[in-house]
Amino acid sequence: MAGTMQTEAKNRTADGTESGRQGPGCSLRHFACEQNLLSRPDGSASFLQGDTSVLAGVYGPAEVKISKEIFNKATLEVILRPKIGLPGVAEKSRERLIRNTCEAVVLGTLHPRTSITVVLQIVSDAGSLLACCLNAACIALVDAGVPMRALFCGITCALDSDGTLVLDPTARQEKEARAVLTFALDSVDQKLLMSTTKGLYSDAELQQCLAAAQAASQHVFRFYRESLQRRYSKS
Amino acid sequence: MKETPLSNCERRFLLRAIEEKKRLDGRQTYDYRNIRISFGTDYGCCIVELGKTRVLGQVSCELVSPKPNRATEGILFFNLELSQMAAPAFEPGRQSDLLVKLNRLLERCLRNSKCIDTESLCVVAGEKVWQIRVDLHLLNHDGNIIDAASIAAIVALCHFRRPDVSVQGDEVTLYAPEERDPVPLSIHHMPICVSFAFFQQGTYLLVDPHEREERVMDGLLVIAVNKHREICTVQSSGGIMLLKEQVLRCSKIAGVKVAEITELIQKALENDQKVRKEGGKFGFAESIADRRITAFKMEKASVDTCDVEEKAEEIIAEAEPPSEVVSKPVLWTPGTAQIGEGVENSWGDPDNSEKDEDEGGSDGAVTFDNIKMDTGIEVSNTGSQDAPIVLSDSEEEEVIILEPDKNPKKIRTQTISAKQEKAPSKKPVKKRKKKRAAN
Repeated sequence: MAGTMQTEAKNRTADGTESGRQGPGCSLRHFACEQNLLSRPDGSASFLQGDTSVLAGVYGPAEVKISKEIFNKATLEVILRPKIGLPGVAEKSRERLIRNTCEAVVLGTLHPRTSITVVLQIVSDAGSLLACCLNAACIALVDAGVPMRALFCGITCALDSDGTLVLDPTARQEKEARAVLTFALDSVDQKLLMSTTKGLYSDAELQQCLAAAQAASQHVFRFYRESLQRRYSKS
Repeated sequence: MKETPLSNCERRFLLRAIEEKKRLDGRQTYDYRNIRISFGTDYGCCIVELGKTRVLGQVSCELVSPKPNRATEGILFFNLELSQMAAPAFEPGRQSDLLVKLNRLLERCLRNSKCIDTESLCVVAGEKVWQIRVDLHLLNHDGNIIDAASIAAIVALCHFRRPDVSVQGDEVTLYAPEERDPVPLSIHHMPICVSFAFFQQGTYLLVDPHEREERVMDGLLVIAVNKHREICTVQSSGGIMLLKEQVLRCSKIAGVKVAEITELIQKALENDQKVRKEGGKFGFAESIADRRITAFKMEKASVDTCDVEEKAEEIIAEAEPPSEVVSKPVLWTPGTAQIGEGVENSWGDPDNSEKDEDEGGSDGAVTFDNIKMDTGIEVSNTGSQDAPIVLSDSEEEEVIILEPDKNPKKIRTQTISAKQEKAPSKKPVKKRKKKRAAN
């Protein structure tokens, strides 16, 4: 018992010294997005974060199957399709996370007894995939004109073995990381909508990651704003 | 979601236009829509756009044991998926007739035409061969899926590089891309499908029909040709009777079209190769048109995370301290004890479980108790500060002897320590030790 306490204390001091050099690792990769690139869906967007790329299409509000009809709100469905092979458990779990995030912001009660379907296609995975899926879904929902309470974005943080925080990690950084945390934040007051984590971390580190994600979300929302401004500009 | 049916007016309008040799998008009878090919960062990944029809292709490989009757041949596998993204009528996870038909046609076009040298995919005869898997995803359906899919498949196959393998005696070495450059597949020729739509029982013919035209057509003739004008597959569907001259004329047109498309593909592949060799930027990010109003790019953005430490500390300082409640073990009945506050058991009706306890003896009671105990400890731990959670894998069973206040009799309780508990639950642990010593 005493032994474990000591190591804990050691860990904590190690983290403390680590804090000084967090600056350079904390940057977001280059972002790109294209809206309304597919003709069939009501809204579509492709979102790129570095080499990670996700294509999203949104149908809705549209006719709903009787079995899936909800009498006082819209039925939100998220379909995530992998690039190779058939969707498995990992895709199902991501679908659920994305659906829960979307349900938190989409004003489904304005369109009762309809369906809103978000279809996501992974185009290339080079780290921070779930965050990219969330961003693509948000832009596609905006493009489809689905009423939302707020926008949302996904941010992935990775913690190295020495406690260094990395934002928007690449696949390699994710692999080497001790913990990978993904958050969904809303645009109004950067509150947490969803979080999913993998690996070991202390609660102080969790708060640090969350604070860093909130700082990074400002950049993402600014990117959203600028891309929408460009889209609806006259020139 | 169901497909919106085509109204009679639209149908008549389209047919009338075709009779007048006019097409909705202003093309001539034999014109193809614009073809755009873009490549991803990985090898074997491409997006082909045929007008608004869009197909994503990805080739992957795997070492498998060969089929027993073809011990020296690699395996080729094609899988076209009609994603719901492409059109609302496509249902996920259902093999529609259209999908089966398209997949079969692709296989005939690419596998049965032997365009890929499957023998070169053999590593050890009868033991290990490469299985090449081609996944094609339809992203947007605007007609003529098969042409777009066949182009995407062959482009992805040409672009693909498999890891290098060497065989020395019995030893097979697989080289990572860093060690040895991956090798391309050996491709003999590039068969490409060309679709012809027929209207009015074969009176009118259109090349590359779009979605609306496909809906009013009577029959479809698909001819797969390579650039040497060798026919690889012919398929006529829709039950129209075609004359010999018509089929021959179509095959001639297909030959011309395929020559054009092959040239385009080769140019695209060369471009990509050049950029990769020169170390320039490649991938889908580069293929997004900058001038388009719907596209937007942002360069690398550095995020200021200096105040993250302080913020986190602030939040933790503001957070409520962990509750110090460490309750004494409560003894319910002989064989059943509880540590922690405990929450109501939501596993079925409490009345029933109590009955079970009385009747079923100690086994049922123990499991019931464990559930209660776990939740109890979790509750007392919420909000605990900077104690990293230490998970241990040991699932050993501990035998604890508890001595309740009222009952002096010693009762044995089994506790499965699924989670070796965390720092704040010191008291019970101490107690355990003491009791053990007493024993």
